[in-house]
Amino acid sequence: MAEKTLIQGINDGLRTALGQDAEVVVLGEDVGKNGGVFRATEGLWEEFGDERVIDTPLAEAGIVGAAVGMAVNGLRPVAEIQFMGFIYPAFEQIVTHVARLRTRTQGQYPASLVIRAPYGGGIRAPELHSDSTESFFVHTPGLKVVVPSTPSDAKGLLLAAIRDPDPVIYLEPMKIYRSFREEVPEGWHEVPIGKARKVRAGDDVTLIAWGAMVPVAQRAAHSCAERGISCEVLDLRSLYPLDEEAVIASVKKTGRAVIIHEAPKTAGLGAELAARIHELAFLWMEAPVERVTGYDVPVPMFALEDDFRPGPGRIEAAVQKVIHF
Amino acid sequence: MLKLMDRVDRQYILPDGKLSPEGRQAWGKLPKERKLDFHRWMVQVRTFDRRAVILQRQGRIGTYAPLEGQEAAQVGSALALSQEDWIFPSYREHGVAMIAGMPLSQILLYWMGRVEGNLAPPGVRLLPPYVPIATQMPQAMGAAWASRLKRESAISVAYFGDGATSEGDFHEACNFAGVFRLPVIFFCQNNHYAISVPFTRQSAVPTVAERAAAYNIRGIRVDGNDVLAVYTAMEEAVTCARDGKGATLIEAVTYRKGSHTTADDAARYREPAEVGEWVRNRDPIPRLEKLLQAEGLLTEAEIREWEEHCAERVEQAVKEAESSPAPPADHLFAHVYETPPPELRRQQAELLREGKRDG
Repeated sequence: MAEKTLIQGINDGLRTALGQDAEVVVLGEDVGKNGGVFRATEGLWEEFGDERVIDTPLAEAGIVGAAVGMAVNGLRPVAEIQFMGFIYPAFEQIVTHVARLRTRTQGQYPASLVIRAPYGGGIRAPELHSDSTESFFVHTPGLKVVVPSTPSDAKGLLLAAIRDPDPVIYLEPMKIYRSFREEVPEGWHEVPIGKARKVRAGDDVTLIAWGAMVPVAQRAAHSCAERGISCEVLDLRSLYPLDEEAVIASVKKTGRAVIIHEAPKTAGLGAELAARIHELAFLWMEAPVERVTGYDVPVPMFALEDDFRPGPGRIEAAVQKVIHF
Repeated sequence: MLKLMDRVDRQYILPDGKLSPEGRQAWGKLPKERKLDFHRWMVQVRTFDRRAVILQRQGRIGTYAPLEGQEAAQVGSALALSQEDWIFPSYREHGVAMIAGMPLSQILLYWMGRVEGNLAPPGVRLLPPYVPIATQMPQAMGAAWASRLKRESAISVAYFGDGATSEGDFHEACNFAGVFRLPVIFFCQNNHYAISVPFTRQSAVPTVAERAAAYNIRGIRVDGNDVLAVYTAMEEAVTCARDGKGATLIEAVTYRKGSHTTADDAARYREPAEVGEWVRNRDPIPRLEKLLQAEGLLTEAEIREWEEHCAERVEQAVKEAESSPAPPADHLFAHVYETPPPELRRQQAELLREGKRDG
């Protein structure tokens, strides 16, 4: 097995899918000759040609709309939106068609497609590039939403998304595209959608994170361990459907939960998780659930980015709060 | 607006039922059965439409989007398609749907608020009504693209109204179609009003068809109340698409005789003189009837007989739709995902446990 970065895991996943499934096409802006602005599609155009890896006009609604039509007509399109901050022109296509076509056609046209979008901050990107609005999609019935946080998961979740009979929004944490390497299985490798990953076992408090917040939670857990607090870290991986079983089992064991996400706090996915924990594990809880999140402000330009994104310090403070409640 | 209507690229059957010189040529090439099909379908569509408006008034179906006046545009275009072609309609294409093979009872079921009404019979490549404006256009383009990539001869058609041409999706779809020379037809029924807003407020260029030039695709502006001209224009566009010559934007200039939907009152925004002109002088059905009668292909008695037959078919469809058993409440959960996630299964169980409706 070769060691790869997260973005190379995505590239490997796309290459595997294109190589093994003639129905898969990749389309989007700059995905062809340029290999994608983050190089997710590097080398694919050369290998699979212009009809499988398609540079499109700059038109998000057009890209997603075309992908819906392709899916209706038997292809398995993987559409790339260059940044999540630019997904909004396609939002109508996603919400009114991608998400509902299966229901509206009573299963006849399931719109089995994948929409990939880099998301979140931390790379000093220009204004409007760093949104983390995963809740829009989690809140939309009919969609599945996944976020990898490791190179192996990046490939495994992508291939699972491509094979999935339902439409999947595949969000890529830009911050950790190249931050570390790990071994990525060769060939077709799937990570099941709907299953969380236990990153670290612990007894005192459960830290729940996804995407680029997973390594931040790990750092916080490491610091807490030095102070004698044992944190269990869960990487949610699949934002919808949620691995409720893993979350509830963990908080029943630890009695405490801290949820970490980059998105603004109000109506972020943390709110849903907190409610779910409250509904299903209230009697096991030693303290109210804490949330460490972005603030309810527009994602700032990068000069203030580090003040907006949760870091280990804020997580440790939240852990202290639930421990000493 | 009436003057504008008179500037079309094609008008074959004139409002008085006479054929133009080009029309005579086109008419001469058609077999008798096709000529009669035009009439049979237009009458069937109108009969259905009028009955549906009454059913809405009686509270037997929900809000309905009438199409009376647009029969020639729908029938002429749909008859030029073959069974393999993909149709992406708006919410007003009941005529197109019928010709594609959608049972009348299914169409009624949709307007009764039943999602099962979207279900096309096997082999009918008709998508459900598209309620948001212009969103079907990129999808038709994508389906056409897939046909091309799969080396299949099917083409795709998106139906939409004049209001849709103001949307970004219209531009994006036309632009992709032009760039990739896709086998798609964009069929605009310019019925002059997007609910209440006239076409002059929709577009600073006076016609839809001329916009095709901006995308390097073919543009044809046809009298949309002339079934023969529409059919011929559509046949040409279909042939071009199948032959790899790319997309066509057809503007069928027509008029909806009634309101936007049964919830709208068109008298608030349209002049009676304008409506009168279209209703009295430009109706698509009488002009074809005059022609067919003059050619000895149809008698007054046969027209009445066919009208009665259509009315019976519609009544039969109403009976079928109204006797369709109501779905159980947990049908809400059907087909949201191929396999419902645990949370959804729990919500479904909760609804079933509660047992009865809470509304």
